[in-house]
Amino acid sequence: MRPLFITASTIASAVGRGGAETLDALRARRGGLRPCDFAGVTGGHIGRVDGLEAHELPAELAHFDCRNNRLADLALRTDSFADRVQTAREIYGPTRIAVVVGTSTSGIHASEEAYRARDPRTGALPEAFDYAHTHDLFSLARFVRDALGLRGPTMTISTACASSARSFVDAHHLIASGVCDAAVVGGADSLCRMTLHGFAALDLISPVPCRPCDAERAGISIGEAAGFMLLEREGDGPALLGYGTTSDGHHMSAPHPEAAGAIGAMRQALERAALTPRDIDYVNLHGTGTRANDAMEDLAVAEVFGTDTPCSSVKAWTGHALGAAGIVEAGIAALCIRYGFMPGCLNVGAVDPSFRARVLVGNEDRPVRRVISNSFGFGGANCSLILGAA
Amino acid sequence: MRVYVLGASIWGPGLEGWEASRAVLTGFADHVPRTSPPLAPAMLSATERRRTSLVVRLALNVAQAASAMAGFPSDRMRNVFATSNGDGAVVGAILEALSGGDGQVSPTQFHNSVHNAASGYWTIANRTRQPATCLGCGDVTMGTSLLKAITEVEVEREPLLLCVYDAPMPSPLAAKRPTQGAFAAGFVLASKDNGMALAHLEAAYVAQPVPDGTGEPDTQGLRELSRANPAARSLRLLQALARGKADRFPVALLDGHLDVEVEPCSGGHG
Repeated sequence: MRPLFITASTIASAVGRGGAETLDALRARRGGLRPCDFAGVTGGHIGRVDGLEAHELPAELAHFDCRNNRLADLALRTDSFADRVQTAREIYGPTRIAVVVGTSTSGIHASEEAYRARDPRTGALPEAFDYAHTHDLFSLARFVRDALGLRGPTMTISTACASSARSFVDAHHLIASGVCDAAVVGGADSLCRMTLHGFAALDLISPVPCRPCDAERAGISIGEAAGFMLLEREGDGPALLGYGTTSDGHHMSAPHPEAAGAIGAMRQALERAALTPRDIDYVNLHGTGTRANDAMEDLAVAEVFGTDTPCSSVKAWTGHALGAAGIVEAGIAALCIRYGFMPGCLNVGAVDPSFRARVLVGNEDRPVRRVISNSFGFGGANCSLILGAA
Repeated sequence: MRVYVLGASIWGPGLEGWEASRAVLTGFADHVPRTSPPLAPAMLSATERRRTSLVVRLALNVAQAASAMAGFPSDRMRNVFATSNGDGAVVGAILEALSGGDGQVSPTQFHNSVHNAASGYWTIANRTRQPATCLGCGDVTMGTSLLKAITEVEVEREPLLLCVYDAPMPSPLAAKRPTQGAFAAGFVLASKDNGMALAHLEAAYVAQPVPDGTGEPDTQGLRELSRANPAARSLRLLQALARGKADRFPVALLDGHLDVEVEPCSGGHG
């Protein structure tokens, strides 16, 4: 594929706001997880973004107010992202820039609160509750469009934990077909009762801060995060070089036992980028910290890249940001390339002895030209992105 | 951008499959809405069939019918699934559980709550590794997913199944997001005619918005349905395909629209 340059980038997660804070946390190996203190839910740890409760949306966007859009707004106002998009808007015009963003639960926390405030007599939701601008999936894309003043094709993608990774692919289709010249991709997912209780019901919440790839790993820690990138045909710095998308076609929530979907996604990404496995310097794992995911992914990485290519997961820093995981990790991959380092897995005592891939447990400083980043979601949705110098 | 429509399908209130709906789509018969629950898909295992909700059955029904008409094995098609409301029954039940009692959520309901549940079940049922994306774009879900699907065919040059579906929300969400009927449509799109094409579409993205009410079906009953269910905004395209006549209409996006020209193909299904 023709590379798509990342001409602006922003992330906000539990480890910090923006590239500099994120880089600092990764270098200092300072994770962002804390015991769960969200909405009265107890058990496990979470990656919570501070300051959202007090964050106010601009007055003209106040009707979008909910935790998820506040988090998106925080990211848009970081690292001069909105300013960079403004410049692109002046070059291309607002109708030539698409908004393609991913989320798994959008502003569902607003519905959770509204259900608790129902009229005891009629059961009706509060009159002030605005479903379309909060809980509805399209709320996120419409919010980003309005916040950035864009008028190109606008869509919300929701393929569970592969959502924001998949947004790169859907944006590529719009740009490569000539429908638009640039796209804002990424997404946001914020803490809510549904995912905290839902993953607990599946027995997938780690009692201690998650430790991907550890022999004793026992599940995920949920995080919240938002991130966005501006993709253009021309530019410098890291670019999207390739992508692979597959389905497992196996089970709604359990990974494929032979990792067929994950292997297929990584191989497709290499093929589209016209690269060989040796061209990849670092594999950013989906690495959630569940027994099943990490074992499956080790199998897949060893199959595609052998046992020498360094790989790690950053989920013990940020928590698993679900639909936003792909954009957060693309942002971190871009930092790895720009600053020449690889973050080793955090919280690992001993790497699972059955693993064959080369799992990093400490940071390594050295040039990183190309990174492949994996995202896998419920429903068997897999997406691998290759970022690197074009 | 040009794509060939190799298969099409429909399921909705009083619109129980392509053949049964042709007279209504072409305008020879009036639309008589009635409750038309789709059957449980036979392609799923017994366990999975028990787990599937109305919304998943709805989506799988049209996905299966469109690929059968196209004569295309499902493992050769990429997938775009699109729904505004997703599985309201599942999400509503979880919200009920979270707001009262012990807050416990059913694990099966939780994994069925993802917006891509139907595409997940579709790929599982067909044991296919073909990719699937899933969109949620409110009232413009049909136009946006058609644009998405056509650009994917244009770039990837591989056949693709587009499946749009929406069903009413449960109470109390229904009052905030009114939706009528359970409606779904499926389209198999490809960059080449396999000899089975019903029509080809010339589609162009146009930045200018279109006024409400343009691009609607031309019969009263279907027009009402298309206003009441986001997936039913596909009815104008379905009408053109059923009639086998040329047509041109806008399909609304959030901003701008997709200008769609339908040209029937001689190798069609009659």
